[in-house]
Amino acid sequence: MSTVPLSAQLINLFASVILLLSFAMLAQRRVLALINLFALQGLTLCLSTLVVAVTTGQTHLYWSAGLTLALKALLLPWILHRLVRRLEVKWDVESLIKVPTTMLVGIVLVIIAFNVALPISQLSSTISRGTLGIALATVMLAFLMMITRSKAIPQVVGFLAMENGLFLAATSATYGMPMVVELGIALDVLVGVIILGVFFFQIRDQFDSLDIRHLEKLKER
Amino acid sequence: MDFFVLTLVIPIVSGLLLTVVGERAWAPNLNIVASLGTFLASALLTVEIVANGPRFAFGEAFFIDSLNVFFVALTAFVGLTTSIFSGPYMRNEQEHGKLTAPRLRLYKSMFQLFMFTMLVALTTNNLGILWVAMEAATLTTVLLVSLYRTAASLEAAWKYFILCGVGIAQALFGTILLYFAAERVLGETGNALLWTHLVDVKGQLEPTIMALSFIFLLVGYGTKVGLAPLHNWLPDAHAEGPTPVSAVLSGLLLNVALYAILRCKVLADGAIPGGFAGNLMMGFGLLTLVVAAFFLSRQRDIKRMFAYSSIEHMGLITFAFGMGGPVANFAGLLHMTMHSLTKSAIFFTVGHAAQKTGTQLMEDIRGLIRINPVIGWGLMLGTLAILGMPPFGVFASEFMILTHAMKHHPWATPILLLALGVAFAAIFGKVQPMVFGETQAKQLPHAPAITPVFVHLAIVLMLGLWIPPYLTRWFHEAARMLG
Repeated sequence: MSTVPLSAQLINLFASVILLLSFAMLAQRRVLALINLFALQGLTLCLSTLVVAVTTGQTHLYWSAGLTLALKALLLPWILHRLVRRLEVKWDVESLIKVPTTMLVGIVLVIIAFNVALPISQLSSTISRGTLGIALATVMLAFLMMITRSKAIPQVVGFLAMENGLFLAATSATYGMPMVVELGIALDVLVGVIILGVFFFQIRDQFDSLDIRHLEKLKER
Repeated sequence: MDFFVLTLVIPIVSGLLLTVVGERAWAPNLNIVASLGTFLASALLTVEIVANGPRFAFGEAFFIDSLNVFFVALTAFVGLTTSIFSGPYMRNEQEHGKLTAPRLRLYKSMFQLFMFTMLVALTTNNLGILWVAMEAATLTTVLLVSLYRTAASLEAAWKYFILCGVGIAQALFGTILLYFAAERVLGETGNALLWTHLVDVKGQLEPTIMALSFIFLLVGYGTKVGLAPLHNWLPDAHAEGPTPVSAVLSGLLLNVALYAILRCKVLADGAIPGGFAGNLMMGFGLLTLVVAAFFLSRQRDIKRMFAYSSIEHMGLITFAFGMGGPVANFAGLLHMTMHSLTKSAIFFTVGHAAQKTGTQLMEDIRGLIRINPVIGWGLMLGTLAILGMPPFGVFASEFMILTHAMKHHPWATPILLLALGVAFAAIFGKVQPMVFGETQAKQLPHAPAITPVFVHLAIVLMLGLWIPPYLTRWFHEAARMLG
């Protein structure tokens, strides 16, 4: 066995932490704790990008690490916290399916993700190529979270976690997308969360609750 | 004067301006003037591109060729007619107490910003920016779909945001994979997402990655096109949003999303041997066509029904582009034009009809021809046109698609004919009693703007009878570009 360089080991470590946090988010029932987990995931993502940046000397990766830190670890969690306080969301998050079942489905998804990513990782020459499977798994777990949650804010956290997974994919398969694209994506995410914030107030004014089970009236009869 | 810069600058400046000035008596006119300016600029841009060939703008950031300039012109034109239509329509909604002045202001500024995002998506050379602009187009319209703040419209907007958000996340993953494939050939120069660079090396892109990438891109952007099985957001958003928004969503946004798929298909075709991308599109197209056709007969809400009709037509167009080749591509482009013009005209008349009768339920709309013959005939002719009756242009494009399918993919012909037949029976059977029959409708405080309807239908009719050679050349050029 050839020895794996320290940087690659660090990247793999951070990627595993991101995956673990995805599972933690899947299991977390409280909305504030969920947002904190999301902030932690953003922070880990920033650290892993930073390691790739230091190892490869790609200057624009420093910028995207900074962007991740500012947006995903600080600004978005702050906005979400404020929203939760302003909306006076007190109740706990509840899952439509029981947590253990969700976990088992999640494990199956991870296995699928690793199998899909395998042929692509083999073609990749980047230092962090091993994490592509993890990135895809994070996307799929976030997707699962959106499906199983019945409240609006956890769904949005799931949506943002999906963005995290995609970002991890971008740094692991390639060394990040061109800067202008990353800035555009960050802007979209930020505007999206702000618009959703406005939207939450509209939903609550209409239904006195953020339970999206109120939003299941439009169906084919 | 650079007409391209004007085409982009007018909508964004006017969008911001409309936010600042707020809801004044002349704000709708400002909206119309801005749209007119965008349209004139785009028309002059078209003339320039057709005369001088493709060109770049701002370095290599934007690329305009005969394919996308065609969409730019169409987008700006429908944007103009929609802004004319929405003036009196929105005033009526305000008088009915459905909308307040701040919301009208939100509507107008978001409308212009929506036009801006679509024009950026169409003209950008960077596939990453294309994604960013598509997402921004969703964001600008979410608050428009929920403009009435009713329970149903909030639900529709939520569904629209989440489904399109998830869908477009798939497209981002596809874009990342595409970048990964391109970087191996083009190196880390930052050019690896520029379409003009990609198209030069499309034969060298790794086929396995490109196949996976195209699947993600097709599913992702396909969600916005309304391809089954991810079409659920579309009928809700169309039915619950204000009618001008339904008209631009149906007539323009779906086209722009399909355009994104077409650009990616050119790359996938170059990289993957054996027509993989085309077959995938044909499959999705047929599935969408059949699903939509059978849902049509079950609809009770008129805007919902025509939303399903949009899904049906998008399926047919996707199928046409999936077949590929100059004839099918030509037919696909022609059908996109016809569908945009006809469907937005239908939504204009439907909007007025719903205002007059105070309902969107088809069983309660009766005898339009007696209260307002113009609206009645507009709806009837629009319906006949969208159903592909000669001599309207939709007939010409559908005929071309069908004959091409018969020649090259005979197995698909019965499915196509069945779906089109079912759709015809469903729509015609419901529109006929709405137009003729007894009535109980009321007078509106503001006379409806009916000119846009007949302008659209007249163009569709003209293109069905005679396509100017200038336009034919242009379509051929664009179809050739798609390979």
